[in-house]
Amino acid sequence: MLAEDLHRMAAHERAQQLQYDHHIIVCSGTACRSANSEAVRQALEQQVQERSQIGVCTVTNGGCRGLCAAGPMVSVEPAGLLYQGVTPADAGAIVDSLGSAPVPHILCDTSAAFFSKQRALVLEFAGNLDPDRIESYLANGGYDTLLKAVTEMTPTQIRDEIVRSGLRGRGGAGYSTGLKWNTVAKAQSAEKYVICNGDEGDPGAFMNRSEMEDYPFRILEGMTIAAYAVGAQQGYIYVRAEYPLAVSRLKGAIRQSEKLGLLGNGIFGTSFNFNVDIRLGAGAFVCGEETALIASVEGKRGNPRPRPPYPAEHGLWGHPTLINNVETFANIVPIIRNGSEWFAGIGTAKSKGTKVFALSGRIQNTGLVEIPMGMTLREIIYDIGGGIPGGRHFKAVQTGGPSGGCITAQHLDLPMDYEALMQVGTFMGSGGMIVMDDSSCMVDVARYFMEFCMTESCGKCIPCRVGTAQMFDLLDKITRGEATLDDLALLEELADMVRNTSLCGLGQGAPNPVRSTLRYFRDEYLSHIVDKVCPAGVCKMQHREEVLP
Amino acid sequence: MTNRVLTLQINGQEVSGREDETILEVAREHDIHIPTLCQLEGLSSIGACRLCLVEVANVPKLLTACITPIQEGMEVHTESERLNHYRRLVIEMLFSEGNHICSVCVSNGHCELQNMAQLLGVDHVHLPYRNPQRRVDASHDRFIFDPNRCILCTRCVRVCDEVEGAHTWDLKARGIQSQVMTDLNQPWGDSTSCTSCGKCVHLCPTGALFEKGKSVAEMSKRREFLPYLTIMRGKHR
Repeated sequence: MLAEDLHRMAAHERAQQLQYDHHIIVCSGTACRSANSEAVRQALEQQVQERSQIGVCTVTNGGCRGLCAAGPMVSVEPAGLLYQGVTPADAGAIVDSLGSAPVPHILCDTSAAFFSKQRALVLEFAGNLDPDRIESYLANGGYDTLLKAVTEMTPTQIRDEIVRSGLRGRGGAGYSTGLKWNTVAKAQSAEKYVICNGDEGDPGAFMNRSEMEDYPFRILEGMTIAAYAVGAQQGYIYVRAEYPLAVSRLKGAIRQSEKLGLLGNGIFGTSFNFNVDIRLGAGAFVCGEETALIASVEGKRGNPRPRPPYPAEHGLWGHPTLINNVETFANIVPIIRNGSEWFAGIGTAKSKGTKVFALSGRIQNTGLVEIPMGMTLREIIYDIGGGIPGGRHFKAVQTGGPSGGCITAQHLDLPMDYEALMQVGTFMGSGGMIVMDDSSCMVDVARYFMEFCMTESCGKCIPCRVGTAQMFDLLDKITRGEATLDDLALLEELADMVRNTSLCGLGQGAPNPVRSTLRYFRDEYLSHIVDKVCPAGVCKMQHREEVLP
Repeated sequence: MTNRVLTLQINGQEVSGREDETILEVAREHDIHIPTLCQLEGLSSIGACRLCLVEVANVPKLLTACITPIQEGMEVHTESERLNHYRRLVIEMLFSEGNHICSVCVSNGHCELQNMAQLLGVDHVHLPYRNPQRRVDASHDRFIFDPNRCILCTRCVRVCDEVEGAHTWDLKARGIQSQVMTDLNQPWGDSTSCTSCGKCVHLCPTGALFEKGKSVAEMSKRREFLPYLTIMRGKHR
């Protein structure tokens, strides 16, 4: 494909779209599908047919709107209407209302803080793209940025743009993306690889899933630009097999891109070649760790290895490998298209751009939100998230998954950026936010995450293999009301040891929920141990008298 | 390719080594002892047992000596109260994880785990014992695998793959459930890939792999073949 073909296809698709007066777009993300959005789309198609609106109105699949709790979501363009909780029975009313007043009982207020306070960079187009059709992406400027990158910019210029933008890894650790790209670019090797890490495994995290489901083309475009910038010819997308929709969308996107020559040899008539393959994760959380992921792609057991050497020097099959998170790649297109100054203007001094968070737990608006870095937790929970349901009180929010920690009410005004979160003992993580209210027991929360780490430990290094199991046993003992203060001291000793001696991030991060809850909720631990009472009433205490016959 | 010689400090002593050498190799050349369990010269190093962790000036994290290459001007400390505390805890974890009863073990007196515990001054285990239920595999003609004594150092896995080339041993399950297995979790005696060479048995640091007919404290291991084979193959690491 050449530049003219790209523009001609985009113009053709836009002209096609203009032939219709109305576009009904049904969210086809996993959350809305589980709320029966497939049946809603079929009912809408049938109603359009029955009310002879064919040629006037289209019904298409779209992406996630973020408000997953209120699904299935249906939007009507160009009127800009959004309906929530749509059932197949509403289809007739929606089709009837086209061009006149909207259907009131399912209308979603798009001026609410949930929508107005967000800033869509990664989740651009708010779900209006059809993720199954490359034409839909092309009509909205898709692959224009790749064209600009490979025909007007040198690899060095692209890397400089990424460095200047201040983009940091969205997988959680926040390493400078530009620096990583430069390291891979400088490494001397005939073969280099680009890997997209889509092995999102944190409990309560579904950002990457949505990004892969809704923006497969944009992720491919970002990876292709990255490959051009670092000199790689082959890419892999590592997706967990638990995301079947994301896998099929990515497969479709790769096939369509290859067909149009947007992947393959001689992209846009240049000498640049790039191919992408998909590798499926078989369900191990540790394969999200980059060295374990690389072992898994190589077909080996997904065990991590000590770093250095980092994958940037010694990665897949020993070759320099660029490995970034899905969301990092999704940020590349906007940065190259709009320039690094524009991107650096969003966010805080050291954390630029936006971050997608997955809100879950005890919160009104469960779903996916994208906010500029530096927004306070209070705004996220109470304005965007709609606060805590059932008149209960906010207690804490867990960020960073099983390797992160909790943020309490005293830090509600904390700006969300990498450094600020680090200071209160947690970290950004990939973006999962589990909100807890006063009905949650923090010891039980710590026990839950420790159980997760114990079962997900690969078993290679001793501190993580045995330490997580020992810590889980101790936490379990505390929640049963059978622990002593000596057990608490042992728990703290092990937490320190496992954190400092484990081989990879899983083990090093596994004690964090314990450390964090001990830091802010030590009194809850003590009441379990000394008074044998669970303040939240979650843990079932087994008193000694009851246990012994 | 020529390797430059670098100078560094280990425990305040000025030492030198080739740039492709690890901290552990340089330390051993200078008779500085760093405890190890999973590492063995002649096999690939995996950094799994964490006993060889050392402190390096201006590096916030502890580094595994068996894998980390030396750097010019590095200041390494192999002994400290903190390191010894962690190392003792690693050994205690191993004792608490399996069923290590020295008094009835074939390797009593010749066991690397036992020796390491003595060396590091582990006089008791203050972690609760987990007492797992693990089945012994005595199906092989000449050898027995007792997973109760296994510390998952994976020397057997590595020697079988890297030296013998049979790849009979591998790992199954994960986390605390991990175990080594023969073929695809079939009895060792039924293995079609095993050549019965016995290399795994003699590299095993504990009594997890031993020869049939050996009673308590009778199983001492012979490892002379490994450096011999390594030199023969010209793969000096």
